[in-house]
Amino acid sequence: MVNVALTEDPAAQVAARAYLVNRIIIYGLLAVFAIIYLLPLAVVIMNSFRPLPEIAANGLINFPRQIQFSAWSDAWSTICINGACEGMKRNFYNSLYMTIPATIISTILGAINGYILSKWRFRGSEVLFTCMVFGVFVPGQIALLPWAFLLGKLGLQNSITGLALVHIIQGLSFTTLFCRNFYISIPDDLIKAARIDGAGFWRIFRKIVLPISPPILIVTVIWQFTGIWNEFLFGVVLTSGKEQPITAALVALSAGETNVRQFDVMSAGVLIGALPPLLIYFLGGKYFVRGLTQGAVK
Amino acid sequence: MNSNNSSALAQVGIGTRISEWLPFIILVPSLIASFVYVFVFTGWTFYISLSDSSLLPSYGWVGFENYSTLWSSRRWNIAYTNLFFFSAFYVVGAMAVGLLLAILIDQRIRGESAWRTIFLYPLAVSFVVTGTVWSWLYSPAVGIEFMVQSLGYEDFEFALTASRKYAIYAVIITGVWQSSGFAMALFLAGLRSVDQDLIRAAKIDGASSFRTYRRVILPSIGPIFVAVAVIMLQFAIKTFDLVIALTGGGPGISTTFPAIFVYDLMFQRGQIAEGAGAAIMMLLALTVVLVPYSLWTVWRRRKDSGHG
Repeated sequence: MVNVALTEDPAAQVAARAYLVNRIIIYGLLAVFAIIYLLPLAVVIMNSFRPLPEIAANGLINFPRQIQFSAWSDAWSTICINGACEGMKRNFYNSLYMTIPATIISTILGAINGYILSKWRFRGSEVLFTCMVFGVFVPGQIALLPWAFLLGKLGLQNSITGLALVHIIQGLSFTTLFCRNFYISIPDDLIKAARIDGAGFWRIFRKIVLPISPPILIVTVIWQFTGIWNEFLFGVVLTSGKEQPITAALVALSAGETNVRQFDVMSAGVLIGALPPLLIYFLGGKYFVRGLTQGAVK
Repeated sequence: MNSNNSSALAQVGIGTRISEWLPFIILVPSLIASFVYVFVFTGWTFYISLSDSSLLPSYGWVGFENYSTLWSSRRWNIAYTNLFFFSAFYVVGAMAVGLLLAILIDQRIRGESAWRTIFLYPLAVSFVVTGTVWSWLYSPAVGIEFMVQSLGYEDFEFALTASRKYAIYAVIITGVWQSSGFAMALFLAGLRSVDQDLIRAAKIDGASSFRTYRRVILPSIGPIFVAVAVIMLQFAIKTFDLVIALTGGGPGISTTFPAIFVYDLMFQRGQIAEGAGAAIMMLLALTVVLVPYSLWTVWRRRKDSGHG
């Protein structure tokens, strides 16, 4: 394009100018949108380091004049939620203890189910698969009362274990769908050949299916982790107080009268709640997007 | 000798039979769990909606009485009116912004993945976090209104969440902010899948970029528009966390939604039968969106394979 601009030909000069204007518009628009998208993130990050009096005087959307770090330790260990002043650490760990096992278990089960439903089909397996996929679409509201009732019967009411169980079963539809749609592309002949060689169910899974699974397993783990970590409805309904996951605690925090104006500590709190999925997003962005598009379109 | 042989044979028989059934046996627990979750839970909630339950489940049959109470309730009326209003603006808004971003990114720009990362990160963040932060930004004392006023525009007003009339717009703006990156990702995937020869042919014919998009590229990704719209509608129907964190359904009940209504009735007011009825209405709304869509997808796939 630079070469074009240097030529004496007026038509080429016009074209070069049009190209330049075009580029300026494109990057200009992108920059405007980028500012809008980044503003909320920038605001919480900055306010978690700004002293409260400064925020009150200059507003939330402003650069820090002074830096403080106390908001982070306050949010982690002393801020009051639901009357208990022990910070968000408890809820953060609750979310971890719920999300990690639920992610691992639902992913493993999904992989095995997907393997069966794509490579060991039997009469009616397609129908069963369709029924399982319905689970993706059923709104959580339908399951609220039954879960509350069932967890009560199992003695798991108001517990993180109960919540993890809910997420495992809720997640099965997704993980099975993801893995099944991925495994279906493995050639059947490959499996057939392995069976003729005498390889059994588990051996084929270990030697043929698992080695090619990392992409889909990463997608599934990221999807499940962010989904379960960010889930709110079941968290707020099925647990209370100290047992709540971090999303429910954040809402309780904002609703608490005393915290309304503590923007510094609450900014740190919000970031603590957002950090794990954000970290996963920035580390595994490619897989995250792949999961989104797959999970959505299928 | 002989009997030994035959028992060995029988063992092999049982062995292979078990191994034939093994996949099914392994699948059974997941099947039962999903079956209970999808059918038993739905059935039970539906049954509760036809019962005289109040604070606790009870199985006295009242037929569709709860539904008539529901549909004559002012709160429910506001909830589904909000849902229609929100859905329209949210779906169109997120799709418009998403498409614009996708087209901008499709112009062979520098640092494409960095731009994409910026526009998509809201999706990694929970609705609770988004709602909380935006509720501060809408706060007139410290948020956007304060900032613009302190720049000298003293008449500027942006206290959306404080007004019964405008709070719903705050929900729409925030929803679009959260989801347009997602629409962008789907549109971008679509744009990239368009046959490059088609685009080249249009360019050779002298079509401008704008014309190429309008006449050639966008029509060929029509199905993606439908898919994105359906996904966004599904999000809209399930809207809950975002509103709870952003407005709490207020001021008053001005931004209440069906999902909030369900939660309210079931767990705040102890009217679980009516709440269950509202949950069933949500399921119905999702069905109305998803069933035609799935049928259409299947029909299209059949048609394609027929031509192929």
